[in-house]
Amino acid sequence: MEFFVFVCAALMILLGAVGVIVRKHPVHAALSLVLTLFGVAVLFVAQEAHFLAAVQVIVYAGAIVVLFLFVIMLLGVDRVENLRTEPLTAQRPLAIIASLGLLGVLVAAIVNGNGVLNERGSGINLPDLQNGSDANTVQLAESIFSQYVVAFEVTSVLLVIAVVGTVLLTRKAKLGAK
Amino acid sequence: MISLSLAPTATWYLILAAVLFAIGTLGVLVRRNPLVMFMCIELMLNAVNLSFVTLARELNDINGQTIVFFVMVVAAAEVVVGLGIIVSIMRNRAVLTTDDLAELKG
Repeated sequence: MEFFVFVCAALMILLGAVGVIVRKHPVHAALSLVLTLFGVAVLFVAQEAHFLAAVQVIVYAGAIVVLFLFVIMLLGVDRVENLRTEPLTAQRPLAIIASLGLLGVLVAAIVNGNGVLNERGSGINLPDLQNGSDANTVQLAESIFSQYVVAFEVTSVLLVIAVVGTVLLTRKAKLGAK
Repeated sequence: MISLSLAPTATWYLILAAVLFAIGTLGVLVRRNPLVMFMCIELMLNAVNLSFVTLARELNDINGQTIVFFVMVVAAAEVVVGLGIIVSIMRNRAVLTTDDLAELKG
């Protein structure tokens, strides 16, 4: 059963990822991105990361992709990109070679390191009758708000800075101001 | 021959994440539209998140999932700032390819 889920989710992820880089229209690329993000969320559920799966759907598919679509439509840049002509000759074959090489290095590292990483951590609570159905969320919250509380606060500062900076960047200059 | 009852091991998930990362890299290198390049960066971030969750389950350690939470927040902030920069550049220019943005002056 888990094998079936894995194959379906992997097909979703790979189809969406290929769609992002081959579709000419930016809106189509954004919708392919949604397919990939849902596939990743399915794999999160399959690996007992239930809270992260929910956050993945809400934040990525719900907020980030909508932000992309807003920008595409607000700017009117939804023109079809010409993928036939490549201004830099030999750049595309070199890019394919580089990413295939990167893939080869990563897969070799994964296959070589198989079974090496076997130090056991403190454990992940799986949802069952003893832990309750929200065990993953509870454990993640305990981790974030105790061990990583400083990082959590710094992240909130980062978000505030990002919002203020974006407002400053995209603000139109005042009328009459030099 | 792989039987259908075989449960996928962590290696399968990690290799899937590696393929996703390579596709994202290819997209960043090949595409010329900065919006699509941003989407490809999101693909790479998702590949890393998938690796983190896989290793969190494999090593039985909740910290992997905590890191993914922070990666998601930082990715959201990064997209907001990046799209803001693209919007402010597009105010003054009609075409949007990265070849036209070879100089920092707006």
